[in-house]
Amino acid sequence: MPNFFYEVHFYLFGLLAIASSIAFVTRKSPVAAALWLVNTMFCLAALYAMLEAHFIGVIQVLVYAGAIMVVFLFVVMLLNLGQPSDLVDIRGKWGRLAAGLLGLALLAQVIVLAGRKLPEPFTPGGGYDPIAVRDLGAVGSVAQPLFNEYLLAFELTSILLLVAIVGAVVIGRRRRVDAR
Amino acid sequence: MLAESLALSAVLFTIGTIGVLTRRNAIVIFMCVELMLNAVNLTFVALSKVYGMAGQVFVVFVMTVAAAEAAVGLAIIIAIFRHKQTVNLENINLLKG
Repeated sequence: MPNFFYEVHFYLFGLLAIASSIAFVTRKSPVAAALWLVNTMFCLAALYAMLEAHFIGVIQVLVYAGAIMVVFLFVVMLLNLGQPSDLVDIRGKWGRLAAGLLGLALLAQVIVLAGRKLPEPFTPGGGYDPIAVRDLGAVGSVAQPLFNEYLLAFELTSILLLVAIVGAVVIGRRRRVDAR
Repeated sequence: MLAESLALSAVLFTIGTIGVLTRRNAIVIFMCVELMLNAVNLTFVALSKVYGMAGQVFVVFVMTVAAAEAAVGLAIIIAIFRHKQTVNLENINLLKG
């Protein structure tokens, strides 16, 4: 049941997420940008927990803020790009104009959509079911559809990860000069 | 809290798009794409309270694809850096006619 305490924290984490993402886009140093992005992801994890998606919140911290961002920082370290470059990192007039126009268009879409009503749930008995979540737990309620309706997609995901591993190794490998 | 979540998601997506369009560092652009994926994930989670748990399952898939994309994309960036000694997109213009 949303109460005052809940709403205050919801808005707090939402504003923190927006502030850190703006800081992330405007930082010159890639390391500072990456750390602000980690902060955004932590705020989003808190919001997931408040939206009663506890498992997704944990996965967000472990996979996104933990694994993926560490890979990014690792590449920044490997290529020695830590210090902000002397070259101007921001694009010129046209890039900023295009970004501004796109931002305004997206904002207009949000304002138009804000007046619309959500369609009715199209799955019978759809919606968040507190009883099922209580019975199955936070992990089980996600695992139940994942290993039943979406089992094929789940298995295909493992092939995707295998291909990604092989691709990363092949592309990132240093080729010998006399190889060709 | 559904409307607030969707609005926050739209704002984050817009910030990520502006980052992609205005930055030149390939790694920072890549991180902006991750921010956009996060914004979409927030939409999925917010709507999963209305439409069922499938939204959270999709978030798991999006995270897997994001991890695979990060691995391959950063390998490509490393390969380009070996070739060009830069990750600035202004200097990576082999396809320019």
